[in-house]
Amino acid sequence: MDTLTPILAAAARVDTGDTAWMLTATALVLFMTIGLGLFYAGLVRSKNTLNTFMMCIGAMAVAGITWALVGYSLAFDGTGDLVGGLGYAFLKDVGFEPFGATTIPHLVFFAFQGTFCIITVALVSGAVVERMRFGPFLIFAALWSLLVYSVLAHWGFGGGWLIEGGTLDFAGGIAVEMASGFSALAAALVVGARKDYGRQALLPHNAVFVLLGAGILWFGWFGFNGGSGFGTGNAGVLAFTNTMLTPACTLATWFVLDLIRGRKVTAIGAATAIVVGCVGITPAGGFISPAWAMVLGVLVTFPCYAIIVWRPRTRVDETLDVLAAHGTAGLVGILFIGFFAQADWNGISDGLVYGNADQLLWQTLAAVATPAYAFVATFLLLKLMGLVVPLRATEREEAIGMDVTQHGEEAYASGEGAILVTTEAGLEGPRPVAQPGAA
Amino acid sequence: MKLVIGIVRPEKANDVLEALYRAEVRGVSMSRVQGHGGELDRVETYRGTTVKMGLADKVRFEVAVSDEFVDATIEALCEGARTGEVGDGKIFVVPLERAVRIRTGETDKSAVTPVVK
Repeated sequence: MDTLTPILAAAARVDTGDTAWMLTATALVLFMTIGLGLFYAGLVRSKNTLNTFMMCIGAMAVAGITWALVGYSLAFDGTGDLVGGLGYAFLKDVGFEPFGATTIPHLVFFAFQGTFCIITVALVSGAVVERMRFGPFLIFAALWSLLVYSVLAHWGFGGGWLIEGGTLDFAGGIAVEMASGFSALAAALVVGARKDYGRQALLPHNAVFVLLGAGILWFGWFGFNGGSGFGTGNAGVLAFTNTMLTPACTLATWFVLDLIRGRKVTAIGAATAIVVGCVGITPAGGFISPAWAMVLGVLVTFPCYAIIVWRPRTRVDETLDVLAAHGTAGLVGILFIGFFAQADWNGISDGLVYGNADQLLWQTLAAVATPAYAFVATFLLLKLMGLVVPLRATEREEAIGMDVTQHGEEAYASGEGAILVTTEAGLEGPRPVAQPGAA
Repeated sequence: MKLVIGIVRPEKANDVLEALYRAEVRGVSMSRVQGHGGELDRVETYRGTTVKMGLADKVRFEVAVSDEFVDATIEALCEGARTGEVGDGKIFVVPLERAVRIRTGETDKSAVTPVVK
């Protein structure tokens, strides 16, 4: 049953300190989804603010439920090569006993992993904002969380062929970052570009939201990476500190690239850099030294920056660049372990630079198989869904904005000219009431 | 000289600007306004409060042109703003008494004729 990383080879007894930290880390990771909602909402046009944010909130509802029903079991029950069993379905046998070799109650382990599933589903929404209908998105979120997230979480964390073979992935370079990034590309291709894409400038409507959202993400990422050691042991501590160092280096490198390209350091670029740095260190956090983590922060910037500059010149409207920020940075982080993992720091395995070429082989396998599975599965899932239910809003709805057409609300409603309709009177019999500010 | 005022859908504002540039009409002001024409009210709900939004967001273009540009401006506004649904907006043309370019003090027709570099 012990399929987790051998760092955890400790007594199967609940430790209060570890549990206290993991309870906190779980809350931190859940808060990341709100940060992501704010980040995404700031990046879209004002008429789509609420819909964009609601896709993240929707993931909390949908993926939270699917995770409890079967998702967790498919990811973490047993050592099947491709997918886990149904032994933990409906939370059967998930109780207060420690899970595997961890020193935290199984319930805490389940909840912590659940917050990962939620944010990963929310991440994918970045590819289809401003045009995908809300209902079909929720259906997609439910199916994707099982077909893609749970399967890849099994491969990378739960006892599937990658982790059993020797792939190292500390906090989700496979299941979270590459899964969301390459699924986002598939989703953007199936759903299609926004009608104004490539014809009009589609600009972020609130850069402060973007910065604040990125800040919340970074804050939560200390729980995400720091919690992935499942306690307060060395691995978690190392990952926690690396989560501070890598994004700092990514930020500074991004500044330099911005200066070279446009002679100015941009704020939205900086927010993006924070995310890229956090993603880069996600798989590697507990496996590489702080010095290599800083090098990783610099290196990961280049491919991500290049894709973010290049992608908008293509016809692929992968709207919020999940592929660049998550897929690419996650892939770089996974490969980086293959070179620079250091047994002196992680107690498990060296990378190529320290004389272990096998590690690089397994990291490369993960970097090929994960994107392939995520892309193909998401592509087929959305194609099949598209046969049954229209995925996109009509052009007219897209023009008016998704907030009004999908949710019947506006993010920045003034109330001017609004006429109060009492529920009893129904919509047919309005009782006009003067609103403040009405003419 | 006329002042052409076009009140259009916000989502068509970019198309209108494009059409105006193609018609070589330069010198445009635009502002966000709220108004009510013939379109159906949309209903929004905020917790327990259901409201009919009587006013819809519109964009108001103001274009001061010399007489020979009036028709081109109107055509551009119509072409850019039309969707065929109720709520496409209105165009009003009003006579313009005087115009002054502040930088040079030029008046009237030369003030509304764009600078050619």
